[in-house]
Amino acid sequence: MDNAFGQPQNVVVLGGSSDIARAIVRKLCAARVTTVVLAGRSPGLLEEAAAEARDYGATRTETVLFDAEEPSHAGRVVAEALAKVGEPVDLVIVAVGLLGNQREMEDDPVAAARMVTVNMTWPVAALAELRARLIAQGRGRILVISSVASIRIRRSQYLYGAAKAGLDRHCQGLADSLAGTGVTLQLLRPGFVRSKMTEGEPEVPFTTGVNEVADNALAGLERAERVIWSPPILRYVFFVLRHLPAPIWRRVMDR
Amino acid sequence: MSRVRLSGWGRTAPSLARVLRPSSEDELLEAMSEPLIARGLGRSYGDAAQLGGGLVIDNAGFDTIGPIGEDGLVELGAGVSLEDLLAVAIPQGWFIPVTPGTRQVSVGGMIGADVHGKNHHRDGSIARHVTQMRLISPQGPMSLSASQDPELFFATMGAMGLTGVISAASIQMVPIETDQVLVDTERFEDLDAVMSEMERSDEAYHYSVAWVDCMTSGAHMGRAILTRGEHAPASALEAPTRRGPRPARLRVAFDAPSGLLNPLSIRAFNELWFRAAPRRAREEPQDLASFFHPLDGVRDWNRLYGRRGFVQYQFCVPTASAPTIRRAIEMLSASRVPSFLAVLKRFGPGTPQAPLSFPQPGWTLALDLPVGPERLPGVLDALDRLVIEAGGRVYLAKDARLSPASVAAMYPDLEQFARVKERVDPHGLLRSDLSQRLRLGSAHG
Repeated sequence: MDNAFGQPQNVVVLGGSSDIARAIVRKLCAARVTTVVLAGRSPGLLEEAAAEARDYGATRTETVLFDAEEPSHAGRVVAEALAKVGEPVDLVIVAVGLLGNQREMEDDPVAAARMVTVNMTWPVAALAELRARLIAQGRGRILVISSVASIRIRRSQYLYGAAKAGLDRHCQGLADSLAGTGVTLQLLRPGFVRSKMTEGEPEVPFTTGVNEVADNALAGLERAERVIWSPPILRYVFFVLRHLPAPIWRRVMDR
Repeated sequence: MSRVRLSGWGRTAPSLARVLRPSSEDELLEAMSEPLIARGLGRSYGDAAQLGGGLVIDNAGFDTIGPIGEDGLVELGAGVSLEDLLAVAIPQGWFIPVTPGTRQVSVGGMIGADVHGKNHHRDGSIARHVTQMRLISPQGPMSLSASQDPELFFATMGAMGLTGVISAASIQMVPIETDQVLVDTERFEDLDAVMSEMERSDEAYHYSVAWVDCMTSGAHMGRAILTRGEHAPASALEAPTRRGPRPARLRVAFDAPSGLLNPLSIRAFNELWFRAAPRRAREEPQDLASFFHPLDGVRDWNRLYGRRGFVQYQFCVPTASAPTIRRAIEMLSASRVPSFLAVLKRFGPGTPQAPLSFPQPGWTLALDLPVGPERLPGVLDALDRLVIEAGGRVYLAKDARLSPASVAAMYPDLEQFARVKERVDPHGLLRSDLSQRLRLGSAHG
């Protein structure tokens, strides 16, 4: 049950081995969270994340296996994960995502479609199930991990960026649809984050670490910000960047 | 039935529920087939009278006020507000034996929270003055008293509705000659001075409470205004009257911006309040309403705290742990968390048969804190540890942020309570956002 300070006591993570989600879960466990349900693809990585949550104070952890390339199963995965919480769920983090190597995928129809499936279609399907179930609860919060890559698409990451853009815009509409239901949806838009997802990628200005993103996420959760930028200054940086003429944008971002 | 967004007086952590206002016990009993919780006037500060996705029973349908007997005994519907009761009782020369700081509470809510007042050091909590009650639980309606199923009777005191829905109660009123209180006021420059004065002479007064400034540090840390009083006898007044309370004339019509109550404005308010009090005054007549319910003059004053709301932190510690009060105020003033004048008072004997009743002999301190400062959650967690170490506890009617582990440490009879609850509510239907957050009452929470 969320308390007066918006601190949840249980959390479900879809994409439970995501580095950003793990950092958020660590901090939530250090505060009030005691029950953690992690859903993801790799049993080994999920168990590792679950053990870490227990180290940080969780007294009960559960895992659910799923494949984000199968959106038709997303509803069932959500139902199973929420059932494993054993009480009304406080917070669901949607952290499913795949960055991949754009150069290898951009001329491959199957790989290109998979980027949309994993980054957008599966989360959208899961959110439909979450919406109905949380509204029935009369309360609950959803945090969807988007990306600044969705704000202005880069040539070097357009498969990822475009899929995230689809998810990000979908969530804006979904958040509006939740007004008056007791349920809220918040978007987290991190910039470039050092993590296993971005290993080997060249760093850009305002690069952060997962712990900083988690700090921003927790502060944003407490303040019930509709969109949480990390670091916060990116809100203004991207206000400028999104209006740059394309030739300049290409030169700035894809040197 | 459409859904309604409900929160406590602090306006934090709202949830949506269906609301039913039954007007008979039968209608209420019929509804007892799904998760539910009773709600009175919504003056619990946190999430005690709400249940996301469930059914909330509005007790306002139980609104009968019986005749006040010659012995002062009155039977009341659980939805009767203290305001309405006093409007009837004061002109007849009767007063409620225990009143919280507002008249906007229902009889059921007063019992559910086992409320206390400025006279706790002498008269205990409301539990001591309830002679009988009707409780509707999933097992059916029951009449309870100290001799009729005392275990359930006392388990219901302070249980925040988790043993059932109260439909009626009989309360022993106290006689008064006038609608005035003779008040002695005294200002103290620091905490030790006011606490030793209270220890020395509280017993001489029926009513006693101190307002403490928790934002001043140094030599004046914990400076305070002590007000104590007695019901005024007719002989003490030139023109004695017995008028009921007047309804509030002011109201806060919109949410103030969240930053309105900040360290600067609160400090200024505390300063004004402190200076407005006389250094020393004797036997000043004040009407009952302004003495007992000073904030009832402004309706919806909680909106002054803005959209994000506020929490009240009220704890008590045993007499032997009095220094904890000082340490708590030191922690607060050092953390520079803004807080309005805190209420300090001495508790007399508690109700040991009631496992969830809050008061225990010693001291209690209550603070209003706007939600917002990032350090506030951590400061209150640290205060919890201090209170537990001192053998004290936090008041559930005020709580919006305790953890299950700290509640278990504060209320050692929690398991005994769970057994009683299990007997009348074997399927755990009686629950609230609070009971689920604190995992009160059963394994399911």
